[in-house]
Amino acid sequence: MSNNVIEVRDLNIWARAENAAPRHIVKNVSFALQRGQCLALVGESGSGKSVTARALVGLAGEQLQVQANTLSLHGEALLGRSESWWRRVRGSKVGFILQDALVSLDPLRPVGKEIAEALALHGWGNAASRQQKVQALLEEVGVPQAAYRASQRPGELSGGLRQRALIASAIALHPDVLIADEPTTALDVTVQAQVLEVLRQMLDRGTSVILISHDLAVVAKIADQILVMQGGAIVEAGTAQQVLQQPQHPYTQGLINAIPSEHTKGQRLSGSAPGAPAPAGVKSADVLLEARHIVKRFRGHSAVADVSFTLRRGETLGIVGESGSGKTTLSRIALALEAPDSGEVLFAGQLWSHASAAAQRAIRRQIAVVYQDPLSSFDPRWRVADILLDAIALDQHPATHTPRDRAISLLQSVGLGAEHLNQWPARMSGGQRQRVAIARAIATHPQVIVLDEAVSALDVTIQAQILDLLSDLQAQLGVSYLFISHDLGVIHHMSDRVLVMQNGEAVEQGAADEVFYRPRHPYTQKLLASLPRLAALEIA
Amino acid sequence: MTTHLTDYAGPRTQRAGWQLPVSVLLSGIVALFFIVAALTPGALATHDPFATDLYRALQAPSWANWLGTDDIGRDLYSRIIWGTRQSLLIGIGAMAIALFGAIVLGFSAALGPRWLAEPVNRLLEILLAFPTLLLALLFVALLGPSASSLLISVGIGTAPGYARLVRAQALQVKQSGYVEAARALGHPWHRLFIQHIAPNVFRPLFSLVALGIGQSVVWASGLSFLGLGVVPPSPEWGALLEAGKINVTVAWWLEVLPGIAIVLVALSFTQIGRYIQQRAEGEKR
Repeated sequence: MSNNVIEVRDLNIWARAENAAPRHIVKNVSFALQRGQCLALVGESGSGKSVTARALVGLAGEQLQVQANTLSLHGEALLGRSESWWRRVRGSKVGFILQDALVSLDPLRPVGKEIAEALALHGWGNAASRQQKVQALLEEVGVPQAAYRASQRPGELSGGLRQRALIASAIALHPDVLIADEPTTALDVTVQAQVLEVLRQMLDRGTSVILISHDLAVVAKIADQILVMQGGAIVEAGTAQQVLQQPQHPYTQGLINAIPSEHTKGQRLSGSAPGAPAPAGVKSADVLLEARHIVKRFRGHSAVADVSFTLRRGETLGIVGESGSGKTTLSRIALALEAPDSGEVLFAGQLWSHASAAAQRAIRRQIAVVYQDPLSSFDPRWRVADILLDAIALDQHPATHTPRDRAISLLQSVGLGAEHLNQWPARMSGGQRQRVAIARAIATHPQVIVLDEAVSALDVTIQAQILDLLSDLQAQLGVSYLFISHDLGVIHHMSDRVLVMQNGEAVEQGAADEVFYRPRHPYTQKLLASLPRLAALEIA
Repeated sequence: MTTHLTDYAGPRTQRAGWQLPVSVLLSGIVALFFIVAALTPGALATHDPFATDLYRALQAPSWANWLGTDDIGRDLYSRIIWGTRQSLLIGIGAMAIALFGAIVLGFSAALGPRWLAEPVNRLLEILLAFPTLLLALLFVALLGPSASSLLISVGIGTAPGYARLVRAQALQVKQSGYVEAARALGHPWHRLFIQHIAPNVFRPLFSLVALGIGQSVVWASGLSFLGLGVVPPSPEWGALLEAGKINVTVAWWLEVLPGIAIVLVALSFTQIGRYIQQRAEGEKR
């Protein structure tokens, strides 16, 4: 009993709503966290995991009504505490780390000051000793050149350093509990590995950690216990080993199976039945899109440096790289939305990147695009029907249906239906919106679809459905994909061939399995080594 | 550290059975009254606005003359009603001119080729450096005092501010994902403009029109009061104020009541504009 740093029994949270009954968003959640242990709350967006964490640090706010039989930290009840009590406890006894360090840190203040303030608030030391302490803390979380970094503002730091600075401020007073809400979600995979390493060191030193994440693979790296939440309730709880290896609940099983990786290649992720079998001979040696020695500079800094690739009919070329590697610039050049400074892009043997505007328009309907954020790619005045009819009007294939029937059949081919025609995209779910975006992309019978981080913003089970849908469509339509993503698992799952980008350069290119199993370039090797995998657990 | 419960903001609820706020309802009634007065002043007026009656000069408000009479016995209420048309027309006309100028300047600054956009941007910056009234005064001085010059001057005076808005909005829409998506689909430029850019730029402007009319009425009355716009004996509201100022010590109603008419129009149009603005913003998401 006394071992439990945090104890939660029958936690219930309701969200108050105007003119409506309160919504029950956390239902009978119970767990206990022991010293030096890591407890992971896993679930998709809206599962109640973040609210649960907020309740533990007294940040639930006016909108939420919190009830529990027990909600305690070191045996002290946490419910009904005053704001001034919380100010003393937060930081000194429990630290809280948010997803986006850029939002949580004051943009105008050096990070060192920010951390020192956390110390000063709790009356720790004097100005000089605090400065030393800040440096020690930054070093502790693995920030190189700590003295120099402490004088920088958040905007001047990279995402990983920023996140580590935030962790430093959270652990400044050595709280024995650290609550981390999606601490690595916005980070590149190599940086993510570093941040997880910092958390692991904290655990080794006896700090208890509550890790909130949607990513089971991340959780697998450090969690001792895993709670899987769905719709506000815990559907499965157990040791990491149990939950990941022998998931009992169908939701957990679905969640694990939905993670794309090298093991899932050619398999279904969402558990849905496969679409029509692929007509034979879809893949061919015809080169549809060819980029030759593309160079693009922005203000002297080179975004894309001498990249060449070819995309053949019916195949998927994956372009993978971390943020700032130039993959989005490359995709815009492939779409002729941006002209390269030198080099050229050919479409089916025709010059495409430097053609006249009219000639480009003739080719555009052959190359479609799906973005990461579908909502911003829809005119806010338009309903689904308007979006699709607009694209259908550009289709030059002989029309066999009325435009409306064609819109319905497009919706059906992406798993939606006629009932969605009159909907506003803003009122649809993320997965549905992405389906509409895909329907629009295939409306003009394109031969190539550029998928720019098209599944990156989706929850893993929705992502699985969309990836399966994309595989089906490729089999049915014989379309080629230029698949851009930062997610190595997704890229491996989808791609026939892979192009790895770093700082604007193509460092490695080849067949997907070749690149993933026998990476030659040190950067590819580093990326793959940083990738958290569920498989790592099997070996351990 | 600030936290937001954005994940749990709840589902976007349809505005089921929305209610018209009382202030908007009252504003609507006031605006309607003045619009009727502008269209058919004869239906609301009790007297001939130009009929003088020296025996009844400078009468305080009474049953016979609801808002009193002026120094030559004309009925003030009827004069205000008959002046509505001119005052509102000046407001609406000035707004139309301002909008037209704003659209031309704003779009060319945002979407035009560099050789056009740069000079227009500088011009806008110069114009914005002048206070609205000063700019309007400048044009009245050039064109001479009359109703039409008033309308043009106020229009030109307020145009730069709106042009800035059009420009900012157009820049934002131009860079939006949906314009790029439409470009990627293969729409020609003029389609992008007609289909996406123009309507999405105008959406927020629409509500500004009502706000702007109220403002323009105030500007125009101000200029008339200074003797730079419509001149007496016209019952335009600014001119009423200007005519009444000599007798203000003995007949307060000659200043206060036309002033209230101006305030009512400005307030009610502003209120309606605000309401439309809020509704439009609420609808976006």
